[in-house]
Amino acid sequence: MIRVNNLKKYFPVKRTVGEVLLRVPQRFVKAVDGIDFTISKGETFGLVGESGSGKTTTGRLILRLVEPTSGKIFFEDIEITKLSKEELRKFRKNMQIIFQDPMAALNPYMKVGEAIKHGLEIHNIGDINKERKNMVMKMLERVNLSPPEDFYYRYPHELSGGQKQRIVIARALILKPKFVVADEAIAMLDVSVRSQLLKLLIDLKNEFDLTFLFITHDLATTKYICNKIGVMYLGKIVEIGNFKEIYNEPLHPYTKALISAVPEPDPKKKKEKLIPEGEVPNPINPPSGCKFHPRCPYAMDVCKVEEPSLKEFKNRKIACHLY
Amino acid sequence: MSLKSYIITRIILALPMILILLIMIFFILRIIPGDPVLAILGGKAPVEVIEAKRHELGLDKPIIIQFFDYLGDVAKGDFGVSTLTSRPVWSEIKDRFPATLELTIFSFILALIIGIFWGAEAAWRKDKAIDISARVYSIFIYAVPVFWLGLMLQLLFGIYLRWLPVGGRLSPRVSLDIKTGLFLLDSLISWNWEAFWDVLKHLLLPGVTLGLVISSIFLRMVRNNTVLMLSKDFVKAAKARGLKPKVVLYGHALRNAFVPIFTIMGMQFALLLAGAILTETTFSWPGIGSYLVLKIKYRDFPAIQGTIIFFAIFVVIISIVIDIVNALVDPRVRY
Repeated sequence: MIRVNNLKKYFPVKRTVGEVLLRVPQRFVKAVDGIDFTISKGETFGLVGESGSGKTTTGRLILRLVEPTSGKIFFEDIEITKLSKEELRKFRKNMQIIFQDPMAALNPYMKVGEAIKHGLEIHNIGDINKERKNMVMKMLERVNLSPPEDFYYRYPHELSGGQKQRIVIARALILKPKFVVADEAIAMLDVSVRSQLLKLLIDLKNEFDLTFLFITHDLATTKYICNKIGVMYLGKIVEIGNFKEIYNEPLHPYTKALISAVPEPDPKKKKEKLIPEGEVPNPINPPSGCKFHPRCPYAMDVCKVEEPSLKEFKNRKIACHLY
Repeated sequence: MSLKSYIITRIILALPMILILLIMIFFILRIIPGDPVLAILGGKAPVEVIEAKRHELGLDKPIIIQFFDYLGDVAKGDFGVSTLTSRPVWSEIKDRFPATLELTIFSFILALIIGIFWGAEAAWRKDKAIDISARVYSIFIYAVPVFWLGLMLQLLFGIYLRWLPVGGRLSPRVSLDIKTGLFLLDSLISWNWEAFWDVLKHLLLPGVTLGLVISSIFLRMVRNNTVLMLSKDFVKAAKARGLKPKVVLYGHALRNAFVPIFTIMGMQFALLLAGAILTETTFSWPGIGSYLVLKIKYRDFPAIQGTIIFFAIFVVIISIVIDIVNALVDPRVRY
């Protein structure tokens, strides 16, 4: 349903006036550096990685909230990257986004009911105001904000974090999108609220027949929702495939490290932790060869020179010289 | 606390502020060199005449007594009589104020238009030509002294091109019924197009001068706040919903950027009055700013004190109005 081909986004690094005059070449942050993946209908694709790995940018690129530097994105048979601005604007109802910070995602001046209704007005869904309002009320009820009349006329600052995030979800789903990007959708919430919202997302996914791109740095949550995952490191996908297979048998050293960092609820089960040493390198100046080699416990000489490409291996794709 | 009790509190709190201001201005005027009597009569007047005048103005009493006399009068709403013209200070201010108000409103609107549209478009196309030019413009205009800008505009449009008059509010040959004192409004009320055109021509140079100076601050504020708001997720959400870009910019980003801008605007209004003093002097605009400068020259104590208090009250009123508007516009603001 979603197909991404060699997608790239390079953000130019701002040069000072002096640098421009001295003709210092323009440098780029390669936020997303040539990634490919597909998401089938009804699938939940988890995109994981540390901060700065490019996963959020990937999500926004697919929705064309950020214009890609190069590459193609297909939505079913439509090439999103080729749509004109006006076509894209109308197409947007098919794909929506749920943001990480519900505080920042809601316009403080809009009553939350109006914010949800706004999408219907933009796309002329529903005939009269009353009908639209009814749709909003139903949606509010569906995200467990009931009675809906109590919430419709409130401003965002009057709601709790979890309630606000339910509003954000309602606002995205009222347009009946086919595809939803959930960008760290539950990361900012209290732990107690997280599981409720995760459950809500799973229920809504089944009910509305959604396809999800679930962006997270927290592998523990992907366990409950994702059927497929892609692991990103410095703008590249290093391992991608069926969730269960990767989770049970991670192959890429970076994936191994991420999975070993997932907390184990049973204290008796001791497991080895493979936390990679050091910080994520500066993306303006990434390491040569395999970008993970300075932190990789298995690094070989070839890793420093040659960048591994994504190869089929054991029902998945992996970019590592070990395999 | 309701809005009403908040406003009452604000007014009550403003009273000691005005009192302190009054004390300061009263004593500073008497400490700085210069004698109102000598300023009126000149240095060569006989001693008896000087003494008589000094007695007449009450300046021979001890300063403390003078102060409490004055304070008592002010409490009764009497701001004294100008030592220069012997007219009541309050009525002089009332005559002069509309000119300043007209100039300030004109400049303010001009500054708003430049600031909002250029600022918002600059934020939308950050780091493009429109944005860079906005930044250069605002720094340049901010750095230029008001009177210099005024003089240059006078030179260009008044002297070389001869398009616009360099001073005054109305040509002597044009007649106008004065009702509100705001000449543009007066000429409109009486459908006097000749006067309207003449008033506008007089207003243009000082208004543009002052407006440009204030616009530089607005422009920076609007641009920076809108850039900040455009990076917020709710703006992206509006875009993701398929909202038209211009509506995203003006309806969502700019609207939210406006809360801090609005507060700053209130404070700018006070600065605008200070700018008006320089602009009015440059363009011999018969407003309250040039009035103050004239009165300082003649050490007209009651007139200076009255004008300063008037400014203070005006600024307090503006800031309360801004607070009220903020409370009405922003659902998060509660008092």
